[in-house]
Amino acid sequence: MLNSFGLLGMFLIIAILVTAAFVLIPIALRLVGLGARRNPNTDKYTIYECGMVSVGKTHIQFNFRYYFFAVLFVAFDVLAIFLFPWALWMGNAGVFELGAAVLLVVIVLIGYLYAWKKGVMQWK
Amino acid sequence: MAVDIAFWILAAIAVVSAVAVVTLRDVFRAAIFLILCFFTTAGIFVTLNADFLAAMQVLVYIGAVAILLIFAILFTRDVQQGNPSNKLKVPAAIVGVVLLGVMVSSAVTFGWPESVYLPELADTADIGQRLFSENGYVVPVQIAGLMLLAAAIGAIVLMREK
Repeated sequence: MLNSFGLLGMFLIIAILVTAAFVLIPIALRLVGLGARRNPNTDKYTIYECGMVSVGKTHIQFNFRYYFFAVLFVAFDVLAIFLFPWALWMGNAGVFELGAAVLLVVIVLIGYLYAWKKGVMQWK
Repeated sequence: MAVDIAFWILAAIAVVSAVAVVTLRDVFRAAIFLILCFFTTAGIFVTLNADFLAAMQVLVYIGAVAILLIFAILFTRDVQQGNPSNKLKVPAAIVGVVLLGVMVSSAVTFGWPESVYLPELADTADIGQRLFSENGYVVPVQIAGLMLLAAAIGAIVLMREK
């Protein structure tokens, strides 16, 4: 079915390799741990090379302000859906198509400008 | 043949990781397994010659949905124990079983007719032409852009501290 070893073949190879990495890396790390000799002491458990000794729990509630960055990121991510097929077809596109894509980007950019104006990206 | 092997590997890992998402107590690990599940789904799309869907799966589901999920985990407190089980266990089980029954029965009874047209290879550029060309769907695309704008502004307006 996959008769041309082109773009799709590349995608498939990437999909298989990333999946393999997800699955095999934890297994490999576990196997490495099996053969290791355990001889812990306090110095070994200190923070590696640099950094401060953490105070309290490390799992803290992050500041809610990051939410706005997430929202803007999602908006531009969905914009990328539209720009991806447009970019692949861009080679034989004319002025009208370029204008349509620019208009689309401008429309979404208004949201970004609004967020900028309202100062949600400032850390007050 | 190679595509079949790839499909079965990806499908098996997708099912295993999807089961891991609902069984793991650690929410963060469940999110990581969800990303793996999304990625294997993208790989299955590739085995079906649907390169645009595969790219969307990676861009939107892994790039946006999974990142939002991890953000949500960062914003919450005391999630080390995961979701505590509550009184909705029995209704949720009933709904799940009914939904599974509906899906399985419709999948079995549906005829699955095969299209007489062969799928095109790497047809993402054609989608671009349909979306942006003069006699295509330019206006719906711009309306979708307006919807995105409304969603972004609405989320900011709703969440901003006064």
